[in-house]
Amino acid sequence: MTTLFYDGTFESLLSVVFEIYERKLTLVKLQKGKWYSTALFENKLNIITNEANTNRVLKGLRQKLSPSGLQQLYIAHLAEIENEEATLIGYIRYVFDSAQNIEEDYGNRYVLRVSEIVRMMRREKHRMEAFIRFQKLKDETFYATIEPDFNVLPLLIKHFRNRYADQKWIIYDTRRNYGVYYDLHDTQYINLDFSTISKAGDIKTTFTEDEGIYQSLWQNYFKSVNIPARKNIKLHVRHIPKRYWRHLTEKI
Amino acid sequence: MNADRITEKLNILADAAKYDVSCASSGSKRKNENKGLGNASNGICHSYTEDGRCVSLLKILLTNHCIYDCAYCVSRKSNDIKRAAFTVQEVVDLTINFYRRNYIEGLFLSSGIFKDADYTMERLVLIAKKLRTEHKFNGYIHLKSIPGASDELMHEAGLYADRLSVNLEIPTEAGLKLLAPDKNRQDMIEPMQYLKNEIVLHQEEKKLFKKAPMFAPAGQSTQVIIGATPETDQQVLQSANYFYRNFNLKRVYYSGYVPVLADNRLPALNTSVPMVRENRLYQADWLMRFYGFKVNEIVNNEQPLLDLDIDPKLSWAIRNLHVFPIDINKADLQLILRIPGIGVQSAQKIVSARSYGHLNWEQLKKLGVAINRAQYFITCKSREFERRDLTGTKIKQFILAQSASKYLKNSHTQFSLF
Repeated sequence: MTTLFYDGTFESLLSVVFEIYERKLTLVKLQKGKWYSTALFENKLNIITNEANTNRVLKGLRQKLSPSGLQQLYIAHLAEIENEEATLIGYIRYVFDSAQNIEEDYGNRYVLRVSEIVRMMRREKHRMEAFIRFQKLKDETFYATIEPDFNVLPLLIKHFRNRYADQKWIIYDTRRNYGVYYDLHDTQYINLDFSTISKAGDIKTTFTEDEGIYQSLWQNYFKSVNIPARKNIKLHVRHIPKRYWRHLTEKI
Repeated sequence: MNADRITEKLNILADAAKYDVSCASSGSKRKNENKGLGNASNGICHSYTEDGRCVSLLKILLTNHCIYDCAYCVSRKSNDIKRAAFTVQEVVDLTINFYRRNYIEGLFLSSGIFKDADYTMERLVLIAKKLRTEHKFNGYIHLKSIPGASDELMHEAGLYADRLSVNLEIPTEAGLKLLAPDKNRQDMIEPMQYLKNEIVLHQEEKKLFKKAPMFAPAGQSTQVIIGATPETDQQVLQSANYFYRNFNLKRVYYSGYVPVLADNRLPALNTSVPMVRENRLYQADWLMRFYGFKVNEIVNNEQPLLDLDIDPKLSWAIRNLHVFPIDINKADLQLILRIPGIGVQSAQKIVSARSYGHLNWEQLKKLGVAINRAQYFITCKSREFERRDLTGTKIKQFILAQSASKYLKNSHTQFSLF
């Protein structure tokens, strides 16, 4: 068993795959971070991302997978689920070791697991597209905070750019502490420092005057459309799990 | 803006609109190409009410003033309730501001009939036009087509709206005569017929000229109320099937009657909403649209009612045991779709996966097949399968014993075992 250390990026993952084939390793374990000991243990290796190696693996994947197959692999990587590196490595090795395209071979455990992870990611992405609630700031920017289960923010940009092309917006992932800002022309990744706005009152004054009115109109609307004779809380909670409630205007 | 007045109007007019169950925001392909606001494609449910229904659109009436007196409707003329009406600008502002905050996918606008059909329809169309042209709004718009409105107005509605719908409300003509004596079924069918022809025409045009305008790209839908009149499921589904076939409807919605009014033509006020029956009707509807079942296979003269305790596919399978067992590794997709416990997605996955190697029970389970139901109807790459020659009743008993049936959960009566 060889433990390989990498920096967690997709590029670095592909470099790892290159090393595995280069060194003809069979049993490997992947770990994020660096191996600091100077002692020469043969079974621990730091993998430094090498652009040429990464590109060679990427080129190989492009030949063996359809564009959507490669996209799925990338999405599964973005999920950052602990201890799933083995699945990704297993999937890539299966891709290279097979003569034909294997992306629909759901009988294989790696292919099936990748498709499950992709499904989880897609669901979380879809939930964010539904559950994000913008609040209008004084400078006409629409601001929303999220805490998704997985790192889906990069997958959300296209949807919100297409939809809200004529308004400035920020979507901020408070769990991973980064966000996306759209300024009517381009999007960019941003980091906000929340220590400067400490009091709740400060935040309130930054919203436009009609923000409160529309929030209460929405809450009222949400109550009015409910049919009490059909009450079904279990179904309600299955559709909107409680962890999302704190960001939903109608559930606060 | 007078916040209190708007709030009151919104409460009244959202409350009156909520019995319209359609909330779909999918099926359109409107893109945001003018750097305006919004787009409409696959549909998103932005929230869910406590009754578990999706909230996707701002669903309101323009007004609940109405000249008709339909027994099943809260807004009927003789009902003593608060009345209100939105102005055109109020609806536009609400839609835009809700949309910008990502609360909704768009607008679902219906209305009571005031003065006459054309007068009402004209105002609905005006709102859609204002949103599309003045505000560059590309979100989803669903308009009610008002029975009896002129063809010119219907045409204009189709140019701005994504979906149009006329509610049939009562599945049969006789039922409609009883509960809504001033309404005429022919008046409802005419706008449907007109729109169907227009939609087909515009689709043909679109094939020839890419720039041809869109016309109701998400098609038409309708709704029927279940349990207000004594129709059988066979009558309901056959009527749905008729409208799917002859009017190219995208959806027929089934709305379990919620007793809101005391009237001796209707079920009493304390009657519970027929939610399980409604659920079974939707399952049957899906079987017709996505699983290749004919309406007569699901309900027929011998079997005019759907089973409440098991789903219609299982019910069909039990009546047709001679078709089974089906070999999962060989059968056609069409046949696999007919196996209880296998949905459209798992069926497609099975067909893709088996070209790499035969599948066994473990793999089927991982693919998402509900083995507890499917096991009685299939064989796969395994020596273990259900060899006993079970009768339909036995299979039903085994399955019911293992699962928490929706039927049992919602029933308030106690069942004794012996």
